[in-house]
Amino acid sequence: MDIPVRYGDYIDWDQLPHLWCPGCGNGIALKGVALALAELNIPLHKLLLATGIGCSGRAGNYVSFHSFDGTHGRTLAFCTGINVTQPDLKIIAFLGDGDCGAIGGNHLLHAARRNLNITVIEINNFNYAMTGGQFSPTTPLSSITSTSRKGKAEYAMDTASLVAEAGANYVASTTVYHTSQLNNFIKEALLTRGFSFVEVMSSCPTYYGRYNHIGDGPEMMKWFKEKTLPRDKYEKLSLEEKQNYIERGKLVQRNREDFLTTYKKRRKK
Amino acid sequence: MKKMFLDGNVAVALGSIRAGARFFAGYPISPVSELAEFCSHEMPKAGGIYVQMEDEIAAIAAVIGASLGGKKAFTATSGPGFSLMQENIGFASMAEVPCVIINGQRFGLSTGVATKPGQSDIMQARWGRHGDQSIIALTPASVQECFDLTLEAFNLAERFSSPVIVLTDATLAHLKERIRVPDPAEIKTVKRKEPQGPPEEYKPYQPDERGIPLLSYFGSEYILKVTGLVHTEKGNVSSDPGVCASLIDRLERKIYDYQEELPPPRYYGEEKAETVLISFGISARAAREGMRRALLEGISSGLIQLQTVWPFPEGAIRRLSSHASKVIVVEMNRGQVTREVERILPEGVEVNSLLRADSEVIYPREVLEKIKEVQ
Amino acid sequence: MEKKKGKFPFIIEERLCKKCGICVSHCPAKVFTAGPGNEPRVTNPRKCTGCNLCFFRCPDFAIQLEVSP
Repeated sequence: MDIPVRYGDYIDWDQLPHLWCPGCGNGIALKGVALALAELNIPLHKLLLATGIGCSGRAGNYVSFHSFDGTHGRTLAFCTGINVTQPDLKIIAFLGDGDCGAIGGNHLLHAARRNLNITVIEINNFNYAMTGGQFSPTTPLSSITSTSRKGKAEYAMDTASLVAEAGANYVASTTVYHTSQLNNFIKEALLTRGFSFVEVMSSCPTYYGRYNHIGDGPEMMKWFKEKTLPRDKYEKLSLEEKQNYIERGKLVQRNREDFLTTYKKRRKK
Repeated sequence: MKKMFLDGNVAVALGSIRAGARFFAGYPISPVSELAEFCSHEMPKAGGIYVQMEDEIAAIAAVIGASLGGKKAFTATSGPGFSLMQENIGFASMAEVPCVIINGQRFGLSTGVATKPGQSDIMQARWGRHGDQSIIALTPASVQECFDLTLEAFNLAERFSSPVIVLTDATLAHLKERIRVPDPAEIKTVKRKEPQGPPEEYKPYQPDERGIPLLSYFGSEYILKVTGLVHTEKGNVSSDPGVCASLIDRLERKIYDYQEELPPPRYYGEEKAETVLISFGISARAAREGMRRALLEGISSGLIQLQTVWPFPEGAIRRLSSHASKVIVVEMNRGQVTREVERILPEGVEVNSLLRADSEVIYPREVLEKIKEVQ
Repeated sequence: MEKKKGKFPFIIEERLCKKCGICVSHCPAKVFTAGPGNEPRVTNPRKCTGCNLCFFRCPDFAIQLEVSP
């Protein structure tokens, strides 16, 4: 995969180095965004990076275009107002698994249902890392976290499937190890009109990797390589075998009318 | 100018649209559902947008988003929804986003009585958020004032780059009165200033001489960085104690230091009265009539009707009550404004109150009785 | 950008590198070795196949194109 040389225009280099830990995947996903934007050649002032709270919530500090850092989980509700008043603005919501699955779960479902013209990049690092590694809705069953020392007692939430069911036009999931798939999904999401959602399973060596004895950044990358399977291969596994893997790939690509289109049609009458 | 026969809800909505509001987001709630209904069909006619959100948290968030998209925006709710909105009203204060929140107060704590009036969200309007801040809250007492003060609320939001709260109540929301609606050409509206100069030098949170930032909008060539975290003038996150101190100081002073520019209290009755009533909202109507009856009985009395309740108009109240030996605060709660009045008036002034917190409005005869009682 | 086999096309900006070791561990051609502080060193540039994976997977924006942006 080639590198669009202007990707650096989308980064605020003066704010780097970032605050993320060594081996954290946030930077890989944010770079994926910058690469896609450079490839699509979108002017800086026509772009907004909207974030929530937690590690991923700091991403806006590192981009050279408009940024919005809202309250925890509410980002897509803020983006609803932004989207309808600035329809030409490309909105990228760079959210965490808490933003998407927990405190912002309802807003995520409704943003997808309305089919707002927004691209969500969900950084799913399987825990609340900024606050010290507590479990989140997406933390797998039995995982060790700072609030589940003997293993998480709840089933995990599959945010990508939920968003697909809620009505989004584009849904895909992958990991920070699979960068060509990641960069491609981000680009496809940005090219989608309507709601698009890319779940990026991301490394958190400081908490999730350490607590679950996966290891540091490189080891977590290896874990993603070994523990995830493309969706078609995963589907062929027995129920029992499926327990050992996480699927990645594209779930949905369709072309429902976005919110402003459905709204304006019904206000013309 | 046109005369119209409207209720408080519609007067608020009309005032908003005339003020230039082009975005409404809300969640249905009594007693302001009609306000949302009006916006759902009138907003698109004015070229605006109505969005019905999934809850009140989302409603105020969408309003803040729309304002950052460059449109004047507002929401309307009542106590339960107002509680949910506090989180993002705090965000709007911190990020200095102009917007208007209508709270049609209803009776009681929690779900209370959905269809009956209250005035017990006064302290919540002031202190409902965590952290130090200033806020502007206006209290119309008639359908005319619902129109006028809502219009003014939008102008103040733009001038002060801040959320502004308008407190109506269930009675006022459904009270119909004939009002004067000025033609659009007669209405003076304020719109936030546009940034000037080279875009690369733009700092959204660099305050002007009055402490007000100059926010562009998302989509502008002046790149806007907005966050609820403590931030520098450029809008980048900071935890530097100096940055924290100057930001919080400015957020408070940009409103507090200019409170004389906010809608002043109205004064009715005898000048230099010995007994002065202090009231606001629908209770001020009863207070005015009770005071009028007291005057007819020869009792020296007057009424201070607050149009702005926050920041609390201490100077004006002290001035207007400087000859009074007795003050009676008339309000439909357990004494929220009374405590403020006690705080600001000099010793020697007797502060009484006529309180009602049973879901009923205060009647003029109760006011008259109270005036007589304290003589 | 044109791919050139046998030439490592990046610079590593020390200011930004957090020495996580991802480039060292996951380079398919083993172009890097880790220094004493776990910092990446380009010790086998001629083995570089131009796959760009080190660039894509660097979380720190430290591996950069050797061209002026």
